[in-house]
Amino acid sequence: MVDNDERLARLKEIVKTYLPEDVPIEAVEEESNFVTELNINSAHLVDIILDLEDTFGIRLENEDMDKMQTVRDALNIIDLKLLDKK
Amino acid sequence: MNTRVVVTGLGVCAPNGVGLYNFYDSLQSGASGITFHQELADLGFGCQIAGKPEISESLKESYFTPLQLKGLNSSGVVYGVMAGTDAWMDAGLGKANKDKPDWDSGIIFGTGILGIDKLRESIYLIDDNNTRRLGSNSVMQTMASGISAYLGGILGCGNQVTTNSSACATGTEGVIMGLERIRSGKAKKMLVGSCNDSGPYIWGGFDAMRILPSNYNDDPEEASRPMSATAAGFVPGSGAGALVLESLGSALDRGAKIYAEVLGGAVNSGGQRGAGSMTAPNSEAVQRCILDALSDAGIERSEVDVINGHLTATSKDAEEIKNWSEALKRSGKDFPFINSTKGMVGHCLAAAGSVECVASLLQYRAGVVFGNRNCQDIHPDILKLVDVSQIPRKTIAHRPKIIAKASFGFGDVNACIIFKEYKKR
Repeated sequence: MVDNDERLARLKEIVKTYLPEDVPIEAVEEESNFVTELNINSAHLVDIILDLEDTFGIRLENEDMDKMQTVRDALNIIDLKLLDKK
Repeated sequence: MNTRVVVTGLGVCAPNGVGLYNFYDSLQSGASGITFHQELADLGFGCQIAGKPEISESLKESYFTPLQLKGLNSSGVVYGVMAGTDAWMDAGLGKANKDKPDWDSGIIFGTGILGIDKLRESIYLIDDNNTRRLGSNSVMQTMASGISAYLGGILGCGNQVTTNSSACATGTEGVIMGLERIRSGKAKKMLVGSCNDSGPYIWGGFDAMRILPSNYNDDPEEASRPMSATAAGFVPGSGAGALVLESLGSALDRGAKIYAEVLGGAVNSGGQRGAGSMTAPNSEAVQRCILDALSDAGIERSEVDVINGHLTATSKDAEEIKNWSEALKRSGKDFPFINSTKGMVGHCLAAAGSVECVASLLQYRAGVVFGNRNCQDIHPDILKLVDVSQIPRKTIAHRPKIIAKASFGFGDVNACIIFKEYKKR
């Protein structure tokens, strides 16, 4: 089981690819909203979902995507899915 | 008086040379880009050779962001973005700034089908009830206009951004469309060009038509034989070519280098009537297209001194020569110099016209006419019309004045463009 810091680190690694050129990785905090604060193109949220699935070995549904507004939302969803797996 | 239009930038991603310098070197020396492909042999193709630009991963990284590279599985997008970006930079132009598009610059970048490998990947996922796993990038890599959309975003063009498609005439047609847009005053600069994916899913249909050579699998560099008595069918190719067209006023204002003037052009169709069909050209239409291009350019038949033909290396080559000869009313030693780029790169399909326009224009820079590869044995029907001296087998020194370049495509469609040397006053 990966701990919280490890999960955040992995999430940041995924998000890094989708950040606009002028948004540094340091700007990514737990409270950050993917679209309104990090300026990630909303079309890429589906790609972040797929990357999360591959990285954590989970499956996310449409309603999970709807709930996933901030980095913390994503971490919470990952937690729940990992618990379901056990 | 029409706005005069000149070429100020070139870019190319060809089987025998990626980038202008490599391409020029290969054309100058007659180097072939045709190679054997084990993948085609494994799939049981009759023709197991093809022309495919070699692109390293590290080279891709200098044209695409890590995000663009993620899941990128469209060779046409790779070739087209590289050639298009190169042409823009060669013209000394920069990318539009972050918040404001360049309203006076547009793009017409054609293709036949785009991203066929991505399409295949997507179809497998969909058939496996896994559509959700396509991600966000399947559409833009497989829509035909994906190539103009990628380039439009990278360069920030705010004028018309579109994709044309007319089979193997696509690239030449695009130059004419860009010419017309600048002439009409609707744009100052147009990036025009075309790209074609590589691989078995592009070439398979042609192999099935048995129009590709199957006897040269052990000797790929000798396979593409335009104008030769032993021409055995066209060798499938791929790649991209790109030209920056610009109003003469704009080019002079910014002191841009000028490769040549685009004097005029014409497109038409034989209507698949008479001897014309889905796959064969109507000769009357071909000749009309050539004459319409001369008329649009405002020049006489006698002024053409160099032709870059369509000349694919099939039995139709002699017919094409006959059409040039009859349209121009010229033969023997009076016939212009003529060459075919396809002897070195094969038939790059939708990319053929643009790759060959780049080849044609490089001749102005160097004051040469590139030699024809693989036609030591010129077809006897061609020699009845053209003196051997006009079909250089090696690159010769000759400063081209008027170059006519034509491309013909499935659907009985034709395009012919006229370039003129540009002299500073």
